[in-house]
Parts: sequence; structure tokens; C-alpha cells
Amino acid sequence: MDAFGYLLHGFAVALSPPNLLWCFIGCFLGTVIGILPGLGPAATIAMLLPLTFKMEPTGAIIMLAGIYYGSKYGGSTTSILLNVPGESASVVTCLDGYQMAKQGRGGPALGIAAIASFIAGTVGVLGLMLVAPPLAKFALSFSSPEYFALMCLGLAMVVLLAGESMTKALLAMLVGLWIAGMGTDLFTSTSRFTFGNAEMLDGIDFVVVAIGIFALGEVLGNMEGRAGTQMLPVPKGLRNLMPTWQDMKACRFAFLNGSVIGFLIGVLPGAGSTIASFISYGIEKAVSKHPEKFGSGVVEGVAAPEGANNSETGGAMVPLLTLGIPGSGTTAILLAAFILWGLRPGPLMIQDNPTLFWGLVASMYIGNVMLLVLNLPLVPLFAQILRLPVYILYPVIFGISIVGVYSTSSSLFDVWMLAAFGLLGYAMRRLDYPAAPLILGFVLGDGMERALRQSLMMSQGDLSILVSRPISATMLLLTLLILVSPLFKKANAWRVRVIG
Amino acid sequence: MAKLEKVHIQTGDIVSGAVLAGLGIFIIIEARGWEYLGPDGPGPGFFPLWYGICMIVLSVLLVATTLVRRASLPDKRVNWGEVGRALAAWTGLALCVGFLKILGFLLAFGLFTFFLVAVMYRRPLGSALAVSVGTSAGFYLLFPLALNVALPVGRLGF
Repeated sequence: MDAFGYLLHGFAVALSPPNLLWCFIGCFLGTVIGILPGLGPAATIAMLLPLTFKMEPTGAIIMLAGIYYGSKYGGSTTSILLNVPGESASVVTCLDGYQMAKQGRGGPALGIAAIASFIAGTVGVLGLMLVAPPLAKFALSFSSPEYFALMCLGLAMVVLLAGESMTKALLAMLVGLWIAGMGTDLFTSTSRFTFGNAEMLDGIDFVVVAIGIFALGEVLGNMEGRAGTQMLPVPKGLRNLMPTWQDMKACRFAFLNGSVIGFLIGVLPGAGSTIASFISYGIEKAVSKHPEKFGSGVVEGVAAPEGANNSETGGAMVPLLTLGIPGSGTTAILLAAFILWGLRPGPLMIQDNPTLFWGLVASMYIGNVMLLVLNLPLVPLFAQILRLPVYILYPVIFGISIVGVYSTSSSLFDVWMLAAFGLLGYAMRRLDYPAAPLILGFVLGDGMERALRQSLMMSQGDLSILVSRPISATMLLLTLLILVSPLFKKANAWRVRVIG
Repeated sequence: MAKLEKVHIQTGDIVSGAVLAGLGIFIIIEARGWEYLGPDGPGPGFFPLWYGICMIVLSVLLVATTLVRRASLPDKRVNWGEVGRALAAWTGLALCVGFLKILGFLLAFGLFTFFLVAVMYRRPLGSALAVSVGTSAGFYLLFPLALNVALPVGRLGF
């Protein structure tokens, strides 16, 4: 069967009533959590993950992916109406989106954000469909040394762009590796870092760490304040949400820019949608005939970043599905979800699970259409979510977190660990330690150690195996260059500028 | 005042650096108790030993750079009132978890919600009661009844 045949098969899978429903639920929830400031897709997917264990994996991944890309659509609403980004990728949308809303053009700003998201999101899925299969074929030649080098490269990229202090990002990653190492060693059955506790012999469950660090850490951080936010009037009626022909004409390049930049940045581990949106905004401003107007409410300033942050989703799925390397906290949770369902993302994923891969790709096309429909006429309805009091929302998040963890293992010890990781997540936020490297270190730690030990078994303890093979040597050289790059002033200045 | 604020934020980096250095030392001590390199290749102590060493080096680097760059670091005030609110919420959560075994989820979570709404958000007691009863009831209807997901049960049987 060729790619087109597989895609048709994927549509048959995605259009089945249960999968269509899961796709809708994912997109709907994604839009809702994208709108809610302070609750990101990583936290939501982590909280809902335990509930998907009883589901069929294709339906479950369709729903979780829907939450992931749906949140990108919803994130623009609060940026435009409140000047508060629903998630970090929408920060740059505030610059021109909020100004447009203040000038009474909130409707067209929301409309162009939805249209740009749809166009770029669809281009991103197209890119995933075209790039993933050949990359997976190439990765079939990888052995343990290449996998170890690839994981080093992925972690280095995440560390490079995770936060202002690379030292803190590296330390967070090492803590993740340490947590991953807790439990029984798979090679020798030695107990490591269990503190004599029998409940630690199986290690710490991923759900406990992810929900604690992301969901509880975020909520505790948000509970520091009590102040509410002032929302600008929500435009009503589809006509008031539609951009003008001039707006669409002005955004021609922004659609293309956002689509291409978003996808390319997404493929790179660690870069993520926030960086994609900032870079595409920067490019849009650089090529504009009126760069001085950016920041005062130009429609291209909304279209380019919103497009980029949606196209990035398709790009981020490429290394996740073909190499098993997640590029962000959210994709790390998706990787853990695959593993918990008994699937192993990697070069054989597409070959061994064509129904799941092509069903997911097709569902992303369908999901983008659903999100366009949800986000154009229904934006006024979704905006009402912002009126939900936080004193109701936050207890619900605490409750779902506890139930989510308890339902996985029926262990109160795990619930205690959840509370402990919640405190760690909050402390990391306060002290500016990025969470993504910790989660990635935790998710990749086990595989990384296994790949290293298998490599050294192959070479009978000779470390040169890692640099004597061309692919692993190249990747390790790139890793080294990434890690030393902040020592060079210009490279570090670029890094800090990109992180913003 | 500015000097005091500066001390606050830098103290965080120094303390966290010291804690992580201590963790690195602990990891190395533990790793030395396991086999480093055996006849079949690296043992369970191999990987932890190396990341333990990296952790110490990086922690020392963090503390040293913070101390050296102390004067040029930006002023950031730590608002202890905000931190106190977050820690109060966490303490409430920890108490809720502690009481799960005795009171069960529905009651412990209801009390925790009441605390959050009435104390943290200073809503009227009637509203707090309504929210706590409503959320507990919602969880009961959604999880055990609709989704067949078990909740922690206390000594009272629910």
C-alpha cells in the first residue's frame, strides 16, 4: 500500500464514530484548557492519562493529540481578550492581538488567529505525513550507540532552550535521570535509590511525576495571587469575527511563514511552539513594509505566531513517532502514554502500527477542521469559561490529580509522592528551574542508560564505540557543540533572545 | 531594601545549588555500593556515578557563578505573602492526603475544598459549603458511578 492508500485507511479509522467522538472531545478539551490561563496541555494530558488506560490506544492517542493541538487554538483567545496568554506559545499573540481588541477589532483578531491556526495546523500535519515515513526508514539502521547519542542530542537541545540558565536546565535534567533510575535495575535486579521502601521497587510512576510537576506545580504557582483579570468585550456573531479581505491579503506571507517555520522548529527537539511563534513573529516583522507598526495592532502580528504555534504540533510529532524522542514536556507525556499502552514509538512504529499512525494523522486533519468550526462561531461561548471562578477550578484540578494517580495504582503512597512532586514543581517554578528537562530526563533516563550499557556490552567496555560510528559520532559532536555554545558570547546572546 | 531583595533571590540559587550538590554526593555514595563494571559490561553503579559527578560539578558552578555575579544580577523581590499562600494550599493538600485513609476521598477532599474556598479565597461560608459539597458529589457521580473508577475509601466506609 502506498502513502495515499494508508492515508485513506487512516481516514476510515479516524472517521469511525468512536474515534470521531474522541477527536471531538480532545479538540473541545484542548480549546477549553487553552483558554484557561495557568492550565497547560502537559498538565491536562497528564491528569487525563490514567483515564485512558481502559480505552483502545488509537482512540486514546487521537483524544490526547486533540488536547495538544486544540490548546494551541484556544490559547489565542485570552491573549487577545485579556492580554493574558492561555499558554506560553500565545505570549507573542498578546503584542498585536490585545492592541487590535482595544481598537475594537477583537473579532477579526480572533478570526485571523483561527484561520491561521487552521492553515498552518493542516500544513504541519501534511509535513508530518511526508517526513515521518522516510525518517523512520532511515532510523531503522540505528543501534544502541546511535540511540544513546540521539537521546543525548535531544536532551541537549531541550536544555539549551529550556530557560535562561543552562546550568539550572542541566541540573533539572539530571534530577530527572536520578528519579528515572529509582527502583530495580533491569540488568542485575539490584535495588537502587529505594530507601528500603518496598513500594519503590517498581520505581516511581510517570503519572505521579508528570501530574505533580506540571498540574500541581502550576496550580500552586497560580494560587499565589487572588487577583482577577479584566476581559475586553467579546465580539458576538460570525460576521464580527470574520477578518476583512484586506486583512487576509495582508496575512498571505504570515500564513506561509507560520506554517513553514512552525513545522521546522517543531521537528527540532527542545525548540517548541513558544520559540516557533517568536521566530515567525520576528521574521514577519523583518520582512514587513511597516515594521514600526508591529506591537500596535497589526493583523500579521497575530497570524504569523498563531500559525507557527499550530504547525509546530505536526513537526513535534515527527521525532516523537519515528525516533521515540520527545521534544517538549507535552510530547514527553505523550511518549509515556504510548509506553503505558504497550506501544514503543520509534522507527518500527509506522510499520508495526499503521492503523494507529495513519489514524492519528487523519484525525489531525479532521481535528483542525473541527477546531476551525469550534473557534470561529463558538468563540463567544468559549470565552464565557473565563468567568469560571478559580476557587471552583483549582479544587477540581487538585481532585482530578489525586483521583488520576490513585486510579493508576490504588496506592496512597503514590498520592503522597504526588503531593511531594507538586511541592517540587512549585519550588522549581519559584527558583526558575525549567520543568521540561526534568520530565524529559525522567522519560528518557531509562532508555538512555539501557542504550549506553548495551553499547558498552557490544564493545566490551570500550567507550570509543560511541564515536567510532559515523551517525553516533556526528550526533555526539552536535551535542557537545550545543552544550558549549553558551560559552560563546554571540551564541549565548542569540539563545537568550530566542528564549525571550 | 534593594539589597535585601537581591539577597533573597540569590539565596534561592545558592541554597538549591547546595541541596543539589548534597544530592550529587548522596548519589555517588550510593552508586559506589553497586558494581561499576562487571564481566558483562557496565553495572548498576556506572550511570548513577557519572550523573552524580555531573550534578556536583554543575551545582558548584551554579553557586560559584551566583556568588561571583552577585552585584550584576537583576533585583527580584521574593513576595513571602505569595509563597505563604501557595504553601498553605500545599499544606491543605498534604493534610487531605493524610486523612484519605481515615476519612476517605469524599470527606477529606470536601474539607480540603472548603478550606481553599473559605480560607484561601475568603468566600462566604455558605458558598464554600456549596462548592465543597458540589465538587465531592460531582467526583462521586463521575468516577465511581459513571466511570467505575475507585476512590480512596476511609474507615467510615465511603
